[in-house]
Amino acid sequence: MLDKNGIARRIAQEVQNGQYVNLGIGIPTLVANHIPEGLDVEFQSENGILGMGPFPIEGTEDADLINAGKQTITALPGAVFFDSAMSFAMIRGQHVQLTVLGAMEVSANGDIANWKIPGKMVKGMGGAMDLVASAENIVVAMMHTNRAGASKLLPTCSLPLTGVGCVKRVVTNLAVLDIKDGAFHLVERAPGVTVEEIVNATAGALILPDLVPEMSL
Amino acid sequence: MAISKEINGVEEACKDVKDSMTFMLGGFGLCGIPENCIEELVRLGVKDVTCISNNAGVDNFGLGKLLKKSQIRKMISSYVGENEEFERQMLSGELEVDLIPQGSLAERCRAGGAGIPAFYTPAGYGTEVAEGKEVREFNGKPHILESALTADFAFVKAWKGDASGNLIYKATSRNFNPMMAMAGKITVAEVEELVPLGSLDPNEIHTPGIFVQRIFQGKSYEKRIEQRTVSQNK
Repeated sequence: MLDKNGIARRIAQEVQNGQYVNLGIGIPTLVANHIPEGLDVEFQSENGILGMGPFPIEGTEDADLINAGKQTITALPGAVFFDSAMSFAMIRGQHVQLTVLGAMEVSANGDIANWKIPGKMVKGMGGAMDLVASAENIVVAMMHTNRAGASKLLPTCSLPLTGVGCVKRVVTNLAVLDIKDGAFHLVERAPGVTVEEIVNATAGALILPDLVPEMSL
Repeated sequence: MAISKEINGVEEACKDVKDSMTFMLGGFGLCGIPENCIEELVRLGVKDVTCISNNAGVDNFGLGKLLKKSQIRKMISSYVGENEEFERQMLSGELEVDLIPQGSLAERCRAGGAGIPAFYTPAGYGTEVAEGKEVREFNGKPHILESALTADFAFVKAWKGDASGNLIYKATSRNFNPMMAMAGKITVAEVEELVPLGSLDPNEIHTPGIFVQRIFQGKSYEKRIEQRTVSQNK
């Protein structure tokens, strides 16, 4: 079974040379720490930077330089700042090629819910709806089950949706799954996790191939 | 001769704000917010206002200060976490909240300033956001119609500006400020440094002064950091 960093390490394998990538808040942010040396990748943060670098050395934090999670960051050589309309032109216009974000629920037809729990939590969608409506490649990073042990991979989402039919791939602490033709397709299992455990933790339709390789991390 | 927008300070900048007006306030989180204007709006005590701002500040800073004094009737935002008082007012029904996708919010402000009454976007199709909105397919993909936003006052914060109202922002504090500057009937720009006319390079100005009606140098800036994250010195 993977921890949050393990999920991020597996998702880093999805990132291709020359890609512009938007990383959401939480596990997705950790993906940047696992990009292999020698890969040319630029990270976009929707509040207005392309070429985002690591957190600053203590004492050099700049209140004017943050990411979409409101964390202090740095700008790498070649970075650029822009306004929010320009930022979402990059996103809606599909210039950003890969989006990684977290979710509370994903359904077997690729719907995603991650912004509201009616009566309990209303924080807002931020840029998530724009991101999922437009990105060619959307990878969801999340735990396979919620804290109560219930599956987050469902036949249909029960929470208010963020986007419909948009998620292509899900990477969890248990598995990598693709979404197509209204079902989850098991692609890989996490180290030490059995196919049976994945079947038991997946509520939505799940297609099993004859052979399910273990992730190589 | 350049048209001067320079005024004496924050009191003059906000002198004719009234109850029930609609305000736009630039900033993302606490980054690039018009700190001086917010303080003045709190001091003036204007109430029943509608605030269009990506976020609602935190409990004791930014728009959180206006919320604490119950001056805001309605918030139009994309993300409002990190604010307990906000949550309390929203759940109790004291505060009306319109949550809209961040990119749609930015484009609605831009459209408002650019004379575009509405536009289609794929963001929010199939979700609560699309309820009551026209849906139309382009290139086989459904889009929803979103309308432009304008405001009685837009309060924006820039790094440097001149008397003509030309503005330059620093790093990611730019965010919503340029679009909101375009969409205000009266746009008030507060800047960290008001520089002499001619000292800004026209090649490097982000917001042309035509969008700004009033400009002043802010007295002080706290520039609070919401999430201080650092790397270990290697």
